[in-house]
Amino acid sequence: MVAVAAVATTPSSLTYHDLPWIIDHREDRCTLCGRCTSVCPVEAIHLTYRRQRLPNLDLLKKERGSTFRTFVGIRQRTELSRRCIGCGMCSMVCPNEAIGPRPNANDERARFHIHQKMDAWKRGGRRNVRESLLDRIVFTRISMLTDPALDAGRHEFFLNTILGRILSPEEFLRRHAKGEWIPPTREIFPFIIGSMSFGALSPNMWLGLLQGVAYLNEVLKIPVVMATGEGGCPPWVLRSPFLKYIILQIASGYFGWDEIIRAIPQMQCDPAAIEIKYGQGAKPGDGGLLMWFKVSKLIARLRGVPERVDLPSPPVHQTLYSIEESVMKMIQTMSMAWGFRVPVYPKISGSTSAKSVLNNLVRNPYAAGLLIDGIDGGTGAAYNVSMDATGHPIASNLRECYLDLVAQGRQNEIPLFAAGGVGKNGNVAQNGMALIMLGASGVHLGKYIMQAAAGCLGSERNRCNVCNIGLCPKGITSQNPKLYRRLDPDDVAQRVVDVFGGIRTEIKKIMAPLGRSQSLPIGMSDALGIDDEAVAKRLAIRYVC
Amino acid sequence: MCRLAMKTASEPFGPHGVLTAMEAMQEGYDGSGLGLLLRGVRFADYNYQADAPILSGIAHSEAALHRLDERMQAKGFALKYDHEFDLRPGLIEARDRHKYFVRVYSPPASWKGLPKEAVADELMLTRVGLRQDGEAHGNDLTAFSFWPDVVMIKEVGWPLQVGAALGLADDRIKARVVMAQGRQNTNYGINLYACHPFFIQGIATMTNGENTAFVPIKEYLSGSQYPGYIGYQSDSEVFTHILHYTLRRLGLPLEAYKHVITPLKTEELDSHPQGAFLKGLRTACRRLIIDGPNCVMGSLPDETVLLVMDHKKLRPATIGGKPGEWALASEMCGVDAMIPDRDRSLDFQPMRENTVVVPPHRQEYAIWSQLQPLPLPQAA
Repeated sequence: MVAVAAVATTPSSLTYHDLPWIIDHREDRCTLCGRCTSVCPVEAIHLTYRRQRLPNLDLLKKERGSTFRTFVGIRQRTELSRRCIGCGMCSMVCPNEAIGPRPNANDERARFHIHQKMDAWKRGGRRNVRESLLDRIVFTRISMLTDPALDAGRHEFFLNTILGRILSPEEFLRRHAKGEWIPPTREIFPFIIGSMSFGALSPNMWLGLLQGVAYLNEVLKIPVVMATGEGGCPPWVLRSPFLKYIILQIASGYFGWDEIIRAIPQMQCDPAAIEIKYGQGAKPGDGGLLMWFKVSKLIARLRGVPERVDLPSPPVHQTLYSIEESVMKMIQTMSMAWGFRVPVYPKISGSTSAKSVLNNLVRNPYAAGLLIDGIDGGTGAAYNVSMDATGHPIASNLRECYLDLVAQGRQNEIPLFAAGGVGKNGNVAQNGMALIMLGASGVHLGKYIMQAAAGCLGSERNRCNVCNIGLCPKGITSQNPKLYRRLDPDDVAQRVVDVFGGIRTEIKKIMAPLGRSQSLPIGMSDALGIDDEAVAKRLAIRYVC
Repeated sequence: MCRLAMKTASEPFGPHGVLTAMEAMQEGYDGSGLGLLLRGVRFADYNYQADAPILSGIAHSEAALHRLDERMQAKGFALKYDHEFDLRPGLIEARDRHKYFVRVYSPPASWKGLPKEAVADELMLTRVGLRQDGEAHGNDLTAFSFWPDVVMIKEVGWPLQVGAALGLADDRIKARVVMAQGRQNTNYGINLYACHPFFIQGIATMTNGENTAFVPIKEYLSGSQYPGYIGYQSDSEVFTHILHYTLRRLGLPLEAYKHVITPLKTEELDSHPQGAFLKGLRTACRRLIIDGPNCVMGSLPDETVLLVMDHKKLRPATIGGKPGEWALASEMCGVDAMIPDRDRSLDFQPMRENTVVVPPHRQEYAIWSQLQPLPLPQAA
């Protein structure tokens, strides 16, 4: 027996019962192959010797006593840096179903100890909240008068949306008659792969997404576009015909923009659009952060930085101090760089100032749209408190902005795009279409795509969510070849195609009973209902119960 | 569901024949009301000059009629003719109809020398003013139209019965164009203004079906703050306003209407002679795309008649007739009732890309296809 005085207790001593995830190990099934311990991304388990006492119970003899058996077993580590993250890779590789993580049913105490070494806890993923207001919106206006009813499987549907500044009909005709400049627009699929940078994502993940998007466009004729996030784009992509499916992001760190600007003369086509990032829904006011673990040789080269250094982008564009100035300088400069043929739009965090930003953009002829990212947005790395408790939900923020445009008779002149928690519980088409009917021209998907197309394990119960430390067990957000080789780009591409094909079918299933087939039901708020009177009033939709 | 019947003929005719067509199409519609527009009007007991505006509507009380008179006098309008319907009030369901009025006015002297557009705006503002006055007084005054050469009648009830109640079979009012719609306003409350045809500055349309894109279109039109773009008791009113918007405010030809409400697909525009322009127009007018299913019939101040379908073409519509006389109806039997002795080989049911137009000469109808070049100087 261990002496009581010898037990080491420190302020942050924990047992595995205090951790968010507890490893269940069945010794009777375990063959001690060691795969689980070798695959664990955070080394939460290790093989170790254990001793078991075997009491001697021979009743015919006088002597009592014990013999001991030594065996190899699996033990869970309790250091916070190596706590089990619940990813379940151990159970994925176990040949005998002998091991797996179990969520701690108790109040886990680890959360009181997560701030270590004077640093607040940073993690990837999304808010640890499973509820989604978007999930509760239902499409109530079923068109009984539409006889014969539309058939989602047989009718022809126009599902595309417009990205780019839309002129009023009067102004369009005037400019057309005079041969003046007409802002560029793109006809795109309303579900967009949102900004996840080359750096945040592994090369295999990125390649898989691009392959999938190219297939969707070129073979299936579904004009899906994807955004890069900050950090540039591989040079071969910049010079390839696939660039037209890519929205290049410019953020406050300007990482990767040297390469982009240098590649302009050799570009075979224009990019789909340029997105200027001002904020991110998951961490408003935080800027970007690519942690040093992920700054590999390739990433360092793309971004023009040394290897293995943290890459923080400041929360603001250092050269600008207001959205007005930004619109004047950046949007016009970027438009000019591509001969005014490419839409340029800003991305902001959902906030109470979104409406002022929007009204500012409406009055600028070069602004091509506005992307609003709500609090449920995901991120590769952010402080816990930013992700969980800072920001503005997207539904009311978007609705307010849309109704503001309606009151001016200018809805969709600046197309509004929404992001932040679309499909967080898997209801991607429903969430997206609800936002579209609230007034969005389209929605951006980030984490949903990782979860659906690459099997990202992260969940709203804080499962996995270690995108930041370069140890993604699926190889999605890791720059370590040993990890990202687990992900086959071809498989990702296949899943991307499956996902968008499925979304397309579900959009039709939503639009057909509404009687819509010729145009995306942007702002068709008469179709929406929700079982909460206050929310219904706030969003100016129907209260149903 | 609504049924539509429209007839255009070089010789004025009574509206009763068109009501008979409504009756022929009775199967499958509830006949809950009648909306009637007459254009190219001739009164049996008054020598009407085609440039004087005619005010059509209902005064639901004596007081409302007084207010109407005062208002018109104050504006400087002089009453030239007040049509007395040969009424059989027992046949009308509603009990608060004090007077159906169809009145010819001579415009105020101050309008002399005003440009045509300004006169059109004044006429519209006068009608909107009367309507708002009625709404401010518990809906006791309803003003359907105020425009030269246009008479409008709307009432709740079975169309033939409404016709009998107003004595429309006596041919004291004849017209060269008659539009009729059996009303059931879909989705929204019963309201006289919800009855088709809808009217703004000489432009009128009527529709069968349901416009599922109504709310976004309404919000867009209302947002433009144009004083005539009000009402929307029916989802079909936006078709009239879009036609007005296309012709009057954008100055586009009638051919462009179909391109605005049901634009072609990208693949089709890629091979269209004005594809680039039409793509731009589609983008700029994207908020006005109708989503049907609808058949839209309309008439213009010059007595041009048109018929279009939504893109899905889930509503039937037929045109048939003979030189000088054409009938359009949502059912073939409606056409049969209006012009039984026609050459049936001329019957036509438009496809999704067609606009059928009967020009004022009425010798033949034209079929415009959206796939054909658009006669547009700007687009050249």
